[in-house]
Amino acid sequence: MIRSRLLMLATASCALALTACSGGGGSNTPTGDSVSVGVLQSLTGTMAISEITVKNAEMLAIEEINATGGVMGKKINALVEDGASDPSTFAQKASKLIESDGVSTVFGGWTSASRKAMLPVFERTKNLLWYPVQFEGNECSPNIMYSGAQPNQQALPALEWAVKQGYKSYFLVGSDYVYPRTANLILKKHIEKDGMKVLGEAYVPLGGTDFSGVIAKISQAKPAIIINTLNGDSNVAFFKQLQAAGISPKTLPVMSFSIGEQEAQAMGAGLVEGSYAAWNYFQSLPSDANSKFIAAYKAKFGKDAAITDPMVHGYLDVYAWKAAVEKAKSFDPDAVRKAAASLGGFDTPMGKVSFAANQSLVQKAYIGKLKADGQFEIIADSGKDIAPEPYDALAFPGKSCRL
Amino acid sequence: MDALFLNQLFNGASLASLYLLAALGLALSFGLMRVINMAHGEMLMLGGYLAWMTLLVVPGALGIILAIPVAFIGAAAMGGLIQSTLIRRLSARPLDTLLATWGVSLILQQGARDLFGAIGVEVRAPEWLSGSFTLAGITLPSARLFIILIAALVLGALALLLLKTRIGLLVRAVNQDRMMASAVGVGVRRVDFTVFCLGSGVAGLAGVMLALLGPVTPNVGQSYIIPAFLVVVMGGLGSIVGTTASAIILGLFAALAQIFVDVSVAQMLLLVFVILFIQVRPQGVVAVKTRQLDA
Repeated sequence: MIRSRLLMLATASCALALTACSGGGGSNTPTGDSVSVGVLQSLTGTMAISEITVKNAEMLAIEEINATGGVMGKKINALVEDGASDPSTFAQKASKLIESDGVSTVFGGWTSASRKAMLPVFERTKNLLWYPVQFEGNECSPNIMYSGAQPNQQALPALEWAVKQGYKSYFLVGSDYVYPRTANLILKKHIEKDGMKVLGEAYVPLGGTDFSGVIAKISQAKPAIIINTLNGDSNVAFFKQLQAAGISPKTLPVMSFSIGEQEAQAMGAGLVEGSYAAWNYFQSLPSDANSKFIAAYKAKFGKDAAITDPMVHGYLDVYAWKAAVEKAKSFDPDAVRKAAASLGGFDTPMGKVSFAANQSLVQKAYIGKLKADGQFEIIADSGKDIAPEPYDALAFPGKSCRL
Repeated sequence: MDALFLNQLFNGASLASLYLLAALGLALSFGLMRVINMAHGEMLMLGGYLAWMTLLVVPGALGIILAIPVAFIGAAAMGGLIQSTLIRRLSARPLDTLLATWGVSLILQQGARDLFGAIGVEVRAPEWLSGSFTLAGITLPSARLFIILIAALVLGALALLLLKTRIGLLVRAVNQDRMMASAVGVGVRRVDFTVFCLGSGVAGLAGVMLALLGPVTPNVGQSYIIPAFLVVVMGGLGSIVGTTASAIILGLFAALAQIFVDVSVAQMLLLVFVILFIQVRPQGVVAVKTRQLDA
């Protein structure tokens, strides 16, 4: 009786984690008439809601490039792997792609936890990861091209906008891992420096769906605005339970850093209508390059597909890699990253962008408000391009990025 | 702090209801057969998807009401299938059962992924379930009230079934002394099968409740299976009273802990709490009297 109960307890504890291992070796110089690259996103698990479409956008760029003659005369052979929303799986798959399959570079990752898990693999194998998502900064590796926003290109512009609107008290909600915690640390420093208040801060495990406690704390604190750094499908549960508790965007606005058009569509726009988001790209961005990209994507993945900022970053990463390879006249990751950082401006669906010397992207920031049809109305922008700052001066004084 | 405390008391009650619905089936089948069904969480997932499909056919308030029996029957049928094909053949070997049902759990998760996509589906709660009441300064979301109500009804129905019906009598007999029950002509295998279907059905029902709170995803069952195990472990195996008591204790513990710490830490504390509790009271909240000389 007691023994069986202990067995059950042990089972419950062990069910929390499982890992596997793999290894191998390969070379990363392409031979023959094709070059292999890795595409590594979560196709399953809590992050699939966001990452599958990034994989689609990366594949679209690869196909377009192949249709127009490839890279330096070589066809790109994309090897797609599933990171399964699990950092250790990301690390294993990265090592498989580089060491067994011999890919020249890898496009992928979403959560900072996945990036942090892959980083040592890329540094050890001297390969290069193109990372497409906004993040918390406080990292700077020669083996990663950071195309997603640094905090000063998304979080801080969002805060500036909120201050301009007259919001003086904040509540921070996030998934419990490195990005939300670090982003909120930076936000807290800036909010307090400007003499405003952070009334509370709450974290829920990635993929968690119970927000009862968090929402009780929010109702208690009565902030002017919520800053939401939840990732993946937790957002659905959060907004659903906010609504059930009688909190609507009209009474208490929410500014989200990980909800794009795709998430809004999957959640049912009615649930999040009227809430705000900060990105470097919105599907509603008026430009010919953007319309062309949207049309190409929809032609391939269905007319109802939603387009998001990380998808565009994933897409432009592939083109940036191609341009850098052709500039360096080599597939060697080290030559490619140096060429990428000195490419200058190149055209993308989000306008002209360039990689700075610190291997992050120079880009604009936009604030959008979600409409009933799942699209964002752009209500503010940074006006000028913002140079990326990996280390926030208030949160990480004295740190800088030397590559 | 007062309003927050009251709010969390209520949230604890709704969390306890979910834990209870998720754990009842486990407690029943474990108490009876001493097998650990690792695919139990997937019964919740199945219930969630069945609710979503029911609402596609019958939208609105009627859909949710209809989803309850649909999910119950669907999950019960799946449970019956697992029991009669796998668990029955492995019942003498608890560890093998654990591994085999874990395999089933993975198969069901992947099956759901292939059928419904890796991205979760959304069950839109009808109007009367998506609002809230305000009472003494605390917000009571109707969906959570509904969950508490359903859990109470399910518990009542189960108690009646076990105490007042012939099948209940047989279940209690087998639970107390399997050999003897078998010797006096109780169809032990049929009792096992019935109880397993019943437990899976209740888990399917819990899945409908989960769908009211968040998205239904292929791995939605995974986040509730651990607390469900803990509830069963702490409750005293096979005891409905114990399971109920420990679901309430753990639900309240988790909710009240969240006043002071984040959800992740609260979950960790929950595990520590159960470990300590078992140190103090190895037989669980309620000790089940059996005539077996069990280790």
